[in-house]
Order: sequence, then C-alpha cells, then structure tokens
Amino acid sequence: MSGISNYVAPRSLDEAAELLRAGNVTLLAGGTDLMPQSRNGRTQLRPTLMSIRRVAELRGISEAAGNVRIGALTTISELRDSVLVRERLQALWQACDRFASDQIRNAATIGGNICNASPAGDTLVPLLVLDAQVELASKSNGTLATRAVPIADFLLGPGQTARAATEILSGIVLALPPRHFISSFFKFGTRPALDISLISVGLAARRAGNALHDVRVAFGAVAPRPIRAPAAEAALEGKALDDGVIAVAAAAAEAEIHPISDVRASDWYRREMVRNMFTRVLAHVRDR
Amino acid sequence: MSATVDIRFRLNGVDTEVTVPAGMSTLEMLRERLDLTGTKYACGEGECGACTISVDGVTVNSCLMFAADCDGRELLTIEGLVASPVGEVLRASFARNGAVQCGFCTPGIMMQAQHVLRKHKGCERADLQRAIEGNLCRCTGYVKIIDSIAEACVTADTEQGA
Ligand SMILES: Cc1cc2nc3c(=O)[nH]c(=O)nc-3n(C[C@H](O)[C@H](O)[C@H](O)COP(=O)(O)OP(=O)(O)OC[C@H]3O[C@@H](n4cnc5c(N)ncnc54)[C@H](O)[C@@H]3O)c2cc1C
Repeated sequence: MSGISNYVAPRSLDEAAELLRAGNVTLLAGGTDLMPQSRNGRTQLRPTLMSIRRVAELRGISEAAGNVRIGALTTISELRDSVLVRERLQALWQACDRFASDQIRNAATIGGNICNASPAGDTLVPLLVLDAQVELASKSNGTLATRAVPIADFLLGPGQTARAATEILSGIVLALPPRHFISSFFKFGTRPALDISLISVGLAARRAGNALHDVRVAFGAVAPRPIRAPAAEAALEGKALDDGVIAVAAAAAEAEIHPISDVRASDWYRREMVRNMFTRVLAHVRDR
Repeated sequence: MSATVDIRFRLNGVDTEVTVPAGMSTLEMLRERLDLTGTKYACGEGECGACTISVDGVTVNSCLMFAADCDGRELLTIEGLVASPVGEVLRASFARNGAVQCGFCTPGIMMQAQHVLRKHKGCERADLQRAIEGNLCRCTGYVKIIDSIAEACVTADTEQGA
C-alpha cells in the first residue's frame, strides 16, 4: 500500500536539509493531510519518510525588530493559544479558532497548511492580508541557506507551490501590524466545526476614524489558490465605510473572483456568499 | 512491500518497543499489534474522534498519525486513562449521567474530556461543547455527555482545591 522503505527523524535543520538534498524524501509534519492523501492515492509517498518534528529551529512564535516569526511546526492550537496572535494578528487567530476540531488543531501545523496549498487552506487567507513571507531553507550548494518568498508568489495552484524539492519551509515572517490596524477573517461552511471552507474572506487595513487605509482583501476557495482582490481593495482605499462604499466593494469582489462548482457548492452560490459575507465583514468593521 | 521501523515509546506509563510497517497508522498499531482495542476505528479520516488518544499531553486522531512517528513519545490511551484518578472521575460521571448508549464513541470522548480537564480552561458548557466538536456521537444528542464532563470538571476542581 505504501512505498515507504525508511523513516528518519533528524534533529537539526541542517541535517534535515542534507537528507532532503539526497532526494526521494517525503516531508512529514502533523500528517493530517499526508495520511489521508497517501491512503486514498492522491499522494505517492517517496521511499524515505522524514518527520521534522524534532527540529527545534522549526518551533515557536517570536517577535523581534518589529517582525513576527512563526516556526513552520507551530500547531494551529499553539497559534490559537498565543496572546500575540490573538491580540495583534486577529485574522490569523480567527482562522485558527474555526479550524477543524481540537484534535486536528493539536496535530496540524501552519507549515503543513501552507505547503498543502489547498485553495481552501484556512491560514492562507489571513497570511495574504498580513503580507506574510515564507522562509525556505535548503542546502543545495552544500551550505544551509534560506530565501524569503511572499506568500502570494509561493502559492501557485491546488497543491502547487514555489518550493523546490530540496527546500524545507522553515518559518513565516511578517511585519507586526501598526497601531489602529484591524484584521478580520470569516469562514463560511455548512456547520461550525470540521468543515472545509465553502468560501472565506480576509480583510486587513489601517483604520483612521471611519476610513480604511492600506486595505488588503483576500478570498479563499474561489479560485485555484487563495487570492488577493485588488479591485475590492481599490474600492475601499481611503474611503469612509458607508453603505454605498461597501456595496461597490462587494460588487468589485464578486467580479474579480472565479469560483468553480464542486460537490460542496456551485459557482453561483460561492459568488453570492462572497458578496454577502464580504458585505457582512465590512459592516461589522464599520460598526465596531 | 514496505519496510519496517523499530520504535520505542512510553504507552500508558510503560516502556514499549514494537516493529511496525513504515506506513502503518498509530490506530492500527494500537489495535492490531498491541491488542489495545479500546481506541476505536470508525471513519479513518479524522472526522469522528473515535480514535482519540493523547500524545505528549495533547489529544490527536490516532488514525491520522503514522505509527513510526510515535518513536520517543509519551502515549495515553483509554486503557491508561481509566486506571488513573481523573479517568475514574470521568467514568463515574459518565455512568451517573447516562452519557453512554451504544458506547462506541465513549473512549474517544473520555480521552478528549481528560484533555479539557487537564488544560483547565473552565467548566463553561459552551467551552465544553466546542472542545468536543471533533467527536461524533450518534445516540445521545450530546446533552448528557456535556453534563458528565461539566460535573467531572467541577469534581476535579474540588479535589484539586482540597
Ligand atoms: C478532518 C480534517 C479536517 C480539516 N479541517 C481543516 C480546516 O478546517 N482548515 C484547513 O485549512 N485545513 C483543514 N484540514 C487539512 C489539514 O489539517 C491542514 O492542511 C494542516 O494544516 C496540515 O498540516 P500538517 O502538519 O498535518 O501537514 P502534513 O500532513 O504533515 O503535510 C502536508 C503537506 O505539506 C508538506 N510539508 C509539511 N510541512 C512542511 C515543511 N515545513 N516544509 C515543506 N513541506 C512541508 C508535506 O510533505 C505534505 O505534502 C483538515 C484535515 C482533516 C483530516
């Protein structure tokens, strides 16, 4: 059933990158995507299964020089329990709060969520509006080196990323949002728990009075990858939030998404939900 | 043909060594290799929570975890829980409140309940409801299960305070 012939669990990033350079490795974090996908045949496991959970460099949430760094192995529960995330990165906290179930949150990592690159991956929409960068580590030239890639450039399509086979996603880095910065995430599904998003909405902006500046809008599950929505952002930029502005922004959003119909919802339904839920998120920000 | 891996871990307080196929799940290892059949197999994809166990102090779906990845860890299953004081508090409370009908979901729910009691984030019903979102019960309608956990939560509090 599985083609695994070897299990390894390196203790340092250097060792993990070296093993990856040798090739034929499948990386394992929490396993909540990998286990079901390897069983239903969607993912073919390579001969070496490499668990990265012992790599200390991949753990923890830290703040330095105005930046927040989140290690790739940070679980959804750890993010949800973090005061820094709850108070300063609200959209990410909201996504973690509504993620699957407690058992899944305890195992699932943010690195796994990003590398799985599902169009409905719940941390991706907040990371897009928070302008996060992903950090990729490799030893392709013999020494350990990292590069940073904006999350929007990293996600290429369903299950597809800009990660080279020799690279490990080591962490996520983002600028700690300034004061008066608001961010918000809303996920719509058929039940509150254990549901893959039918659509999701992310919003971030600096708020001055009733007006929003540096507006960032993103949507999940309405395109082959989670996307930013530049037309909706432009419709909101610098404007005071009133019913007219909200209606124009919601119409712009509906026009720039391209959802599909699948077992969970039709494209028409997804468009309606984006327009309605985005309107609701904006009204909520206005009334707060 | 998949190769095997030799692993060691602590299981319900006992050092354990076992050889498993590299692709085997922790649930399969518990039930089929170690004869611990209290942990149940139902959906096999993380939706139902019947296979909930605790690994290094947090609950996970054992069907989604590679057995090989148990190496070096500390596992607690329902068999270990019921032999502990908190397990006894939960067992008594589930029995007193009639929280068990067919019983298939009960081990997973009790494992999740001990996690809630240990993390100790209060005994509010709304919090308890959210804490067991990952456990399906098709008999009880959950009310008596929440009653039981709430009561055990208060009992555990009193005992800790005393
Ligand atoms: C019942 C159920 C409910 C779920 N609900 C949700 C939900 O509500 N929202 C949601 O977004 N997702 C959900 N998921 C999907 C899944 O839990 C998440 O995508 C999770 O974050 C994956 O993380 P993991 O650590 O388990 O990844 P794994 O399964 O270990 O890995 C996933 C993929 O990423 C690769 N990978 C992992 N870490 C790294 C790294 N550091 N560098 C490079 N590659 C890496 C792996 O090789 C693999 O291809 C659900 C899954 C299940 C089974």
